[in-house]
Amino acid sequence: MAGVRVAGVGLTQFGRHPERTGRDLFAEAALAAREESGVPSDDIEELNFGNYMGVLAERQGHMAPLMAEAAGLDCPATRYEDACASAGMAVREAVRTVRSGESDVVLAGGLERMTNLDTADVTEGLATAADELFEIRQGMTFPGAYALMARAYFERYGGSREDLAHIAVKNHDNAFENEYAQFHRKITVEEALDAPMVADPLGLMDACPVTDGASALVLVSDEYAAEHGLDAPVSVTGTGQGGDNLALQDRRDMASTPAAEKAADEAFADADISPGDVDAAEVHDCFTIAEVLAIESLGLYERGEGIGAARRGETTADGDVPVNLSGGLKAKGHPVGATGGSQVVEMTRLLRGDHPNSDAVPDADVGVTHNAGGTVASAVVHVLEVDR
Amino acid sequence: MSDEGFDEWLDAIGEGEAFYLECDEGHGSLPPRRICPHCGSFELSETPLPASGTVETFTTVYVGTPDFTDEEPYVTAIADFGPVRLTGVLRDVDPDDVEVGLTVEPDVGRNEATGDRLLVLRPR
Repeated sequence: MAGVRVAGVGLTQFGRHPERTGRDLFAEAALAAREESGVPSDDIEELNFGNYMGVLAERQGHMAPLMAEAAGLDCPATRYEDACASAGMAVREAVRTVRSGESDVVLAGGLERMTNLDTADVTEGLATAADELFEIRQGMTFPGAYALMARAYFERYGGSREDLAHIAVKNHDNAFENEYAQFHRKITVEEALDAPMVADPLGLMDACPVTDGASALVLVSDEYAAEHGLDAPVSVTGTGQGGDNLALQDRRDMASTPAAEKAADEAFADADISPGDVDAAEVHDCFTIAEVLAIESLGLYERGEGIGAARRGETTADGDVPVNLSGGLKAKGHPVGATGGSQVVEMTRLLRGDHPNSDAVPDADVGVTHNAGGTVASAVVHVLEVDR
Repeated sequence: MSDEGFDEWLDAIGEGEAFYLECDEGHGSLPPRRICPHCGSFELSETPLPASGTVETFTTVYVGTPDFTDEEPYVTAIADFGPVRLTGVLRDVDPDDVEVGLTVEPDVGRNEATGDRLLVLRPR
């Protein structure tokens, strides 16, 4: 089985670009990744492209060939869609393709254009990741779904809105120096608690923003990297995926995310690591409670213990295992179909030492990324390791 | 738009004859369904739904989808009926008075904005 290396990464600035087309956003990220990799375009054998709601936002289906063209590629291109986990799945399939020997070089990433829609239409678009018959018709929104999980968690294990506020504060702190982040503004616990309620018990400061942006990575085989003398010190050593019932009502448990547990178990076994080996994590904090569920699913915390991690300073930049040093979805932003790719980009930069927050993890060997679709009916986890 | 299976299920709830699908292993699910999502059994039969359930979790939604803007704030709740859980809009109760454990019964309501029927839960 071929090893897989990250030869180049690219991101757009995450934020509000309502006037920019999806194809332009993706081209920027893809060209940045291509340039950093030094891989000629003719060597790129496939594009794995993640996107969630292009049909709603731009009336654009069949996006993958369009994005290949925009990125200057002449190769087969396929779109991957698993809601907010779309780009994570695109990366996973690229890893599997390179490992299998089918291709030596794959470009993977994703894009979402969102801020050209008004809040109501974005809310509707995001809600379609839930079950139309049994959830959406009963007024389920994306924040509402996570609010239902948050209350289920609080009922089971305890926890408070203040615990969640500490997660938002941490992630805003982390985004402050990140040049790609949507927010460069620190917040306080009081500010988070005083923000308007969106879906009780979650307020505006528990929620990720609406974001335009794109991510891209050039993934290559060990052999290709060696043959071409590429500077690619970070490898993807583990990948895993899990699934669950789409509707929350059909889950065995609403206070945990078994799909992410399965994905983590598979990825950790694949990389032959255990949770104790993890030096840093980028997790899917679309809402503050989601970070809690994520770090428990990754095995960094027992169930019921993750809620206080940020408050206790264990997952902050100076904590034992920093979580979301990029700022996370909360403060870096969440262009839905690009997010999973951006997590792998950010972890690559953190491990290579060229991320503004790399100083927080100077000796890190192992990083994990956790990307979830909807209310974690789909989940993908990757393990990244750096040559030291 | 009609949704065969789901529509008839709502009809039954509206007529006071709410049911769920029970497989031969005793697992519950909701229609339309060809196979038990828990064990893969093909033996699914319509079984009367317990008359009442208890709210397991709920949220008061202040920013709804366009179809629900007129109802804001509204409460979406998931109630445990034993073999299945149901997600519904909780009506006939002040949002401030809702709590986990509240006993509810299912009913069919209408979304005034879309004209679509929807599942509602009412205190029992």
